[in-house]
Amino acid sequence: MKLDAKIPEGPLTEKWDRHRFNSKLVNPANKRKYDIIVVGTGLAGASAAASLAELGYNVKSFCIQDSPRRAHSIAAQGGINAAKNYQNDGDSIFRLFYDTIKGGDFRAREANVYRLAQISNNIIDQCVAQGVPFAREYGGQLANRSFGGAQVSRTFYARGQTGQQLLLGAYGALMRQVKEGKVTLYPRREMMELVVIDGSAKGIVTRNLLNGQLETYAAHAVVLATGGYGNVYFLSTNAMASNVTATWRAHKQGACFANPCFVQIHPTCIPVHGDYQSKLTLMSESLRNDGRVWVPHNADDKRDPSQIPEAERDYYLEKKYPSFGNLVPRDVASRNAKEQCDAGKGVGETGLAVYLDFAEAIQRDGESVISQKYGNLFQMYEKITGQDPMHVPMKIYPAVHYTMGGLWVDYNLMTTVPGLFALGEANFSDHGANRLGASALMQGLADGYFVIPATIAGYLAETDMDRPDTDSPEFKEAEQKTEAKITRLLSINGKRTIDDFHRELGLLMWDSCGMARNEQGLQDALKKLPGIKEEFWNNVLVPGTGEQLNQSLERAGRVADFIEFSELMVLDALDRKESCGCHLREESQTEENEALRDDKNYSYVSVWDYGGENKKPTLHKENLVFENVQLSQRSYK
Amino acid sequence: MKLINLIVKVWRQENETSSGSFQTLKSGPISTDMSFLEMLDVLNEKLAKVGKEPIAFDHDCREGICGMCGAVVNGHAHGPENETTLCQLHMRHFNDGDTLVIEPFRARAFKVVKDLVVDRSALDSIIAEGGYVSVNTGGAPDGNAVPIPQDTAEQALDASACIGCGACVAACPNASAMLFVGAKVSQYALLPQGQPESARRALDMVRKMDESGFGNCGNERECEAACPKGISIRNIARLNREFIKAAIISYEK
Repeated sequence: MKLDAKIPEGPLTEKWDRHRFNSKLVNPANKRKYDIIVVGTGLAGASAAASLAELGYNVKSFCIQDSPRRAHSIAAQGGINAAKNYQNDGDSIFRLFYDTIKGGDFRAREANVYRLAQISNNIIDQCVAQGVPFAREYGGQLANRSFGGAQVSRTFYARGQTGQQLLLGAYGALMRQVKEGKVTLYPRREMMELVVIDGSAKGIVTRNLLNGQLETYAAHAVVLATGGYGNVYFLSTNAMASNVTATWRAHKQGACFANPCFVQIHPTCIPVHGDYQSKLTLMSESLRNDGRVWVPHNADDKRDPSQIPEAERDYYLEKKYPSFGNLVPRDVASRNAKEQCDAGKGVGETGLAVYLDFAEAIQRDGESVISQKYGNLFQMYEKITGQDPMHVPMKIYPAVHYTMGGLWVDYNLMTTVPGLFALGEANFSDHGANRLGASALMQGLADGYFVIPATIAGYLAETDMDRPDTDSPEFKEAEQKTEAKITRLLSINGKRTIDDFHRELGLLMWDSCGMARNEQGLQDALKKLPGIKEEFWNNVLVPGTGEQLNQSLERAGRVADFIEFSELMVLDALDRKESCGCHLREESQTEENEALRDDKNYSYVSVWDYGGENKKPTLHKENLVFENVQLSQRSYK
Repeated sequence: MKLINLIVKVWRQENETSSGSFQTLKSGPISTDMSFLEMLDVLNEKLAKVGKEPIAFDHDCREGICGMCGAVVNGHAHGPENETTLCQLHMRHFNDGDTLVIEPFRARAFKVVKDLVVDRSALDSIIAEGGYVSVNTGGAPDGNAVPIPQDTAEQALDASACIGCGACVAACPNASAMLFVGAKVSQYALLPQGQPESARRALDMVRKMDESGFGNCGNERECEAACPKGISIRNIARLNREFIKAAIISYEK
């Protein structure tokens, strides 16, 4: 297979303009003749569905929850970046582009990232026009705050609820199109299969979660905005229903998967407290603006934090990285926290936590200022832990948070299956090997509001206008395949629960394919995974039937896909023998134990092509070309 | 951390048309650090292991922001803690030997789907009637073109903090959705962007609320007490003003 990223010609700053000019358009009167399926209603999915419907396409919008407003984008707290330079602090589109490329450790495509930075400004304008109540200065202007990985203040926010407010804006736009009759909403549906006819994506099979009915839907194009796969680790900050199923099934139908091993571990999460724990909760990294990270100087110091004098505290980030201090990027913060805990300096009951202390900021600015900035985050922390960060330092620990890998897409956001597009976290495109804070919201909305409406026309204009038909054999076959799988899951009737398998898988992946990886651990995982799969399909217990709301069956299907997908993650991690972005490959370190990237051998996107059941996938490489930035070893010292 | 044992009386209902009843279960040892939903997870794992069907309940983010979870616990929507969703309610607020009565959110407009799962799509239909600013993508003016006073933006955010969980409806003796509608109408009534459509929005959303089978506000203030996001009934007052203004003086009436 020959990968063509379809990066437009011309200088970086003009590529997007030229591309939009050179792309074919669909005549306004013809748009109503095209049907588009959008799966997922997070920031990317809802904004795409709404914007495409506004243009005149007929959109079918699917979500797994009972309402499109509940997608996991809603939980994003900190903010959204844009290169507005409202602060006059030297920001620009080029700087946002550069920070994002550098933050991603030079593993993203220049052209895509530059476009993202350009569009960032339109997003803010759009959201303000929708009535998103961003934080304001006293003069009525939009307020900004700074975020990890940047030295300018470019993050727009709405308290600690930025994702919620942006999503409600997009959801409102979507519901307006529902009212207009241009979007048909299909809530409580899970995508089970992608249907490909003559090489192009023409529809999907879904399961109606309320009654178990399998349904088929046809369209001229299918857009996946189904989020990331962080739940492969069992414990993550993702919502419980977040899964890899949609993208994995698409992968099995020919959509190549890019950089599956690129997973972001977020440094500021509430630490694990017990075996029964179902998920981890993230505390926005904006907290690092005012909180100071520390551990006791001496290992195994079990004193209460208030009893540890200043001189015996190790503010290790400030010491090690004087210019960025507590605002180093996520991977650096995460790795250092793990390092401190591994050295026995971890705090709390489990020893797997470090302090994030607001005492100095409270003394400096007063409780009311700190409360205004972080009030709801402090409340959330107190609800979960029973401790008030105003008086007791917060305890934090890294947790899986975001997946940079995803379906490979070209500049048009189209996957290797013609007619199948992937947006937001579901694609691999913009964050390289590490995403900067406040960039996920930016990318989701850029893809949905501004990129896909422009690029999908280029595909549709060259597509047969005839409506695909769900009576075709391809649909029947996909439906039967889904049915067989469900029947099989329900008939195993084994001894172990679904969560039991998921926990086992998660632990294995966290230990072998988490923040730090090595050849031996990955090889071991690769040996163990087929055993887990084998046992799952012979010994899993799925209660209930398939003709009703059956949450166990839903989970079983997702865990089955996570198990298969894990193998691809491990293979990808094995191939990438460099430390890069979020991951330390233990064999690739500097003398100071910092991550060592290998641009000579690994400056590529790993693009995996499905090989078939129990066959090895094929690795293709998209070489990354950097014409506008100088590759440098990241240093935040 | 300590362990407590509870008696759980939980509503079991096969589907929308079947009649339901309470099932009494023993929780076994529950850590006080668990969330309420994790306690249900533990119960469900036990049920599954003996071949029984687990309790169906809606949940997703488990961070108190998606609005998916919710049940009535001992008579309180989302349980006894103030401004707390069910997923953020922790077991440290209960004592050893307590009995928990767990029911779905009940309202004429919310049909029970199964066990604790209810159909809240009526709330989406209300939003479809005007819970937005009618602006297409593209062509928006610069974000700073219209200054918005800080306290106005903050009040709008207080209102738009609503997570659409439906606890206000479940808590209201009339199963009214006035707090939900009031919050959305308020957000846009406060902001300059919402002005052009303010009359139509208030009229259409209230009409849809009535049509969907929600009752009227009787000033009981139960909604405010149950709201996990602390949305104030001032928003209902603002909705009433907007509605009256629209019904009397606007061209939209």
